[in-house]
Amino acid sequence: MSSIRVLVGTRKGAFVLTSDGMRSRWDVSGPHFGGWEIYHLKGSPVDPNRLYASQSSSWFGQVIQRSNDGGKTWDSIGNKFLYDGPTGTHLWYDGTPHPWEFARVWHLEPSLTDPDTVYAGVEDAALFRSTDGGQTWQELAGLRTHQSASAWQPGAGGMCLHTILLDPSHPGRIFIAISAAGTFRSDDGGATWRPMNRGLVSEQIPNPTAEVGHCVHRIAMHRSRPNVLFMQKHWDVMRSDDAGESWREVSGNLPTDFGFPIDVHAHEPETIYVVPIKSDSEHYLPEGKLRVYRSRTGGNEWEALTKGLPQSHCYVNVLRDAMAVDSLEPCGVYFGTSGGQVYASADAGDSWNPIVRDLPAVVSVEVQTLT
Amino acid sequence: MIRVVLPAHLRTLARVNGEVKLDVPGTVTQRSVLDALEAQYPVLQGTIRDHVTQQRRAFLRFFACEEDWSNESPDTPLPEAVAAGTEPLLIVGAMAGG
Repeated sequence: MSSIRVLVGTRKGAFVLTSDGMRSRWDVSGPHFGGWEIYHLKGSPVDPNRLYASQSSSWFGQVIQRSNDGGKTWDSIGNKFLYDGPTGTHLWYDGTPHPWEFARVWHLEPSLTDPDTVYAGVEDAALFRSTDGGQTWQELAGLRTHQSASAWQPGAGGMCLHTILLDPSHPGRIFIAISAAGTFRSDDGGATWRPMNRGLVSEQIPNPTAEVGHCVHRIAMHRSRPNVLFMQKHWDVMRSDDAGESWREVSGNLPTDFGFPIDVHAHEPETIYVVPIKSDSEHYLPEGKLRVYRSRTGGNEWEALTKGLPQSHCYVNVLRDAMAVDSLEPCGVYFGTSGGQVYASADAGDSWNPIVRDLPAVVSVEVQTLT
Repeated sequence: MIRVVLPAHLRTLARVNGEVKLDVPGTVTQRSVLDALEAQYPVLQGTIRDHVTQQRRAFLRFFACEEDWSNESPDTPLPEAVAAGTEPLLIVGAMAGG
C-alpha cells in the first residue's frame, strides 16, 4: 500500500509527517534541527529515502543535512558555497553596485536521475550543483555572470534563487526563478542561460516590460507537459505554453492575483492551485478567509476551495515553497502557513483537514508518495 | 589541552557534550584554536568564521577570562590561562533580544 511523507521546513526546525494512503491519520516527527531555520527539504525522486535539507541561522550560517533513511537520521554534509570566479556586482536597494554575498540556500532540487546529484538555489542569486551527494558544491556560474546580472536587484526578502524546475523530457533544460530578476532557462545543463520573461508586466519597476527585473514568486510545471509553465508573480498569475518563451496572464476571476505558491494537480495538467493574499503591502488573506483557489482550465476560471479551512479571522500567509501535491488517486494537496498549520486535502482540494496546527511558521512543504 | 565552550547549537551539530578539549600546537590564538577546532570537527567549518575570509560571523563573540576578545586580531595570543587550560575560550551566540 502507498504511503505519504510530508517534509515541512519551519522557522524553528524541520518536521516529517507520515500517513498511509488513506491520508487521514498522521504521525509527526520533529523538530529536527530545532531552533534552526529550515528553508527547504526535498527527497530524491530516484531514491525517496535520500533527503536533503537546508538548515541555516543568522548566527551560524549555512548547514546542509542529508538523510539516507527517510529522515530518521541525518548527517551534516558540505556547506561551502563559493561563487566561481570574480563575484561581480548587482544593484543594491539604493541603486549602487553591491558585491554578490552568499546568505543561504533557499531551495534544494534533487536530480531526476541520480540521487547523488542535487541543485541548490541560493541568496545572493546563484545556482549550485553537487554530484557527490552534497559533499561538495560547484556553481553553475553562467547564470550569475549573465550579461543582465549587474542590473539584478533584490526584493524585500533578498535576492534569492527560489525555484528550480528540471525538465524531465529535455535533458539539460532547467528553469529557475529569482526575486527580483525573473525567470531564466538553460538548455545545456546550466552552462548558459536566457531570460524568459516576455509577456510579464510589472508596474513596480521602471520599465514594466523589461527583459529582467520581475519579481517572480514561483513557477510550476506538470511532468507530462513540461512546455507548459504556470507562474505566480508578485502580482498576476501567468501561463506559458512555449517553455517560457512567452507568458500570458490567467488571473481571471481571482479575488486578488497577489500570492506566493502555485502548483499543478498530479494527474490533471490543466488543474492548478494558488492561495491569493491581499496585496504586496498586506501579506495576509483577504477578508480573513483561508481560501485555496483551483482552476481546472489552466487559469482564468477559478473556484474557491473552503471546506475545512477557517473562514473568519484568519490572517496567515502561505509562502512560495509551502505547497505541494502527492501522486495518489485522488490527488492530495498540501500547504503550510505562517501560523504553523499544515493542511491536507485527500480529494484534490474539495475538502481540507489540518495535519498539525501549531508548528513554528512554515516555510516549505514537500510531499513524497511512497510505494 | 585548550578548553573551548561552544554554543548549544554548535554542540548539537558537532555531537559533543560539555567542553571541547583541543591540542593546539604553537602560540594559542583565536586562529590556532579555531583551526584545531575545525580540524577535529569539520562540520563546524563555516559556522564560526567565514569559509573564505576567515572573519568571525557577526553574531558570535569570543570571551575569555571575563573579557571580550571578539575584536582582537585573530593572531593575538589569548590569555595565558586559556593557553594553560585553566580557563576556557567561550564562543557565544549574541543575544537575540525582543
